[in-house]
Amino acid sequence: MTIRGKAYIAGAFEHPTRKADDKSVPQLHAEVARGALEDAGLSKNDVDGYFCAGDAPGLGPLSMADYLGLKLRHVDTTDTGGSSYVVHVAHAAEAIALGKCKIALITLAGRPRSEGQATGTAPRVPAAAMPDAPFEFPFAPATANMYAMAAMRHMHEFGTTSAQLAWVKVAASQHAQHNPHAMLREVVTVEDVVNSPIITDPLHRLDCCVISDGGGAVVVVAPEIARSLKRPRVRLLGAGEALKLQMGGKVDLTYTGAVWSGPRAFAEAGVTPADIKYASIYDSFTITVLMTLEDLGFCEKGQGGKFVADGNLISGVGRLPFNTDGGGLCNNHPANRGGMTKIIEAVRQLRGEAHPKVQVKNCDVALAHGTGGSLGTRHASATIIMDRE
Amino acid sequence: MAQAQRKIPAPAVTPETKPFWDAAADGRLVIKQCTACGQSHHYPRTICPFCGSDATEWRPASGRGKVYTYSVMRRVPEPYVIAYVTLEEGPTMMTNIVDCDLDSVRIGQAVRVVFKPSEGGPPVPMFAPAP
Repeated sequence: MTIRGKAYIAGAFEHPTRKADDKSVPQLHAEVARGALEDAGLSKNDVDGYFCAGDAPGLGPLSMADYLGLKLRHVDTTDTGGSSYVVHVAHAAEAIALGKCKIALITLAGRPRSEGQATGTAPRVPAAAMPDAPFEFPFAPATANMYAMAAMRHMHEFGTTSAQLAWVKVAASQHAQHNPHAMLREVVTVEDVVNSPIITDPLHRLDCCVISDGGGAVVVVAPEIARSLKRPRVRLLGAGEALKLQMGGKVDLTYTGAVWSGPRAFAEAGVTPADIKYASIYDSFTITVLMTLEDLGFCEKGQGGKFVADGNLISGVGRLPFNTDGGGLCNNHPANRGGMTKIIEAVRQLRGEAHPKVQVKNCDVALAHGTGGSLGTRHASATIIMDRE
Repeated sequence: MAQAQRKIPAPAVTPETKPFWDAAADGRLVIKQCTACGQSHHYPRTICPFCGSDATEWRPASGRGKVYTYSVMRRVPEPYVIAYVTLEEGPTMMTNIVDCDLDSVRIGQAVRVVFKPSEGGPPVPMFAPAP
């Protein structure tokens, strides 16, 4: 049993807002749902499967499905943080392959910027009864210092430098200059990044992603539905998911769950990293990209710094164009969850609908990768590989 | 840069972890060891996360370890050092490095446990440079 060729991404929509003072979170979900369905040439009454995660208000899917007016025969509310939506695409493909639904809607939305969340530097108060919380929360783990500890160890073991990490941001900014919706459109240099203030050693301000409002949605459909629609066909080839945990105190922060999710996705898809023309890589921080690229097999372990340097991630310049919308580092990180926008830009690239300045030539196979949770503690990695049929 | 005093939120104590926090109140660091597979783990559980046995026991730890990794959080009113310390007994635990210059912490540095008061809860294990 495989999902290879069993499902297609027929619709994709990224909300243009980056600051939604005047909108509610359910409203943002509804607007991205409508956008993705219109993009596909479908209506909400066609939807029979719905997928959402912890950003959707209410108990599981109940409130949002009610608000949207959906009639469903399949739901899935797997929450793996920012990687949830990449997982949802895979789970939707599985459900479609089993005949549980034919038209699956996946939505994400949130407004952390309007709500003034100190997303990166303030420790998030843990939910009651989380077993790890008493042994972590007293020490003030925030998002940024957890990723910083992974970066610090990577530098120690492999000699990775701040200048190499900075190249990830430089590439993202080169792409973002062409995206009118991007929060940060100014092109930056390696010097700009390493001279920006230290947030938490060794990460500078410009090593960190933006905090933005907004959202996105995609529609995953059965092959016969995809063939009936007018849009270019983006076919799911393979998917992998994995959890990287603390292992009872056998802590090793030098790798991510991509070491497992990547090979699973490549095996199912029947392709290798050399076949990937474009990659959307979750970029909460520059270190997230560097380590993920190593773990997906785009370079040897420990060589990520050399791989990302000198513009190797810039479309039209380097070997592996990444995050051509500007990514989380420059464009958008809605609801503090960047998995959805990773999928959407990969779909744009495969359709040939990315901005002409960043469109990858002959982009026939693409990868999207999500990371949810923290590289410094526990996280969920999810990889999908798609092609243009 | 010297360290200002950060308020430490109290850890939630459960029946499963009460012996850990009772020992902390005594100034002792304890960890769980499984008598079936022989491995130590942290944070403490009733059932061994490695082999699944419930034959786990509390054991005194030496309180000595080395910094596995760390980061100095600077963009907050009271900067602090978060770290993972690998204990002599094997497990690596999240903690803070305290009682030292923020800029002096290094990977591989030898450290020893010190207990710091929390806000209305038991003291929590942090680490300071070993003498």
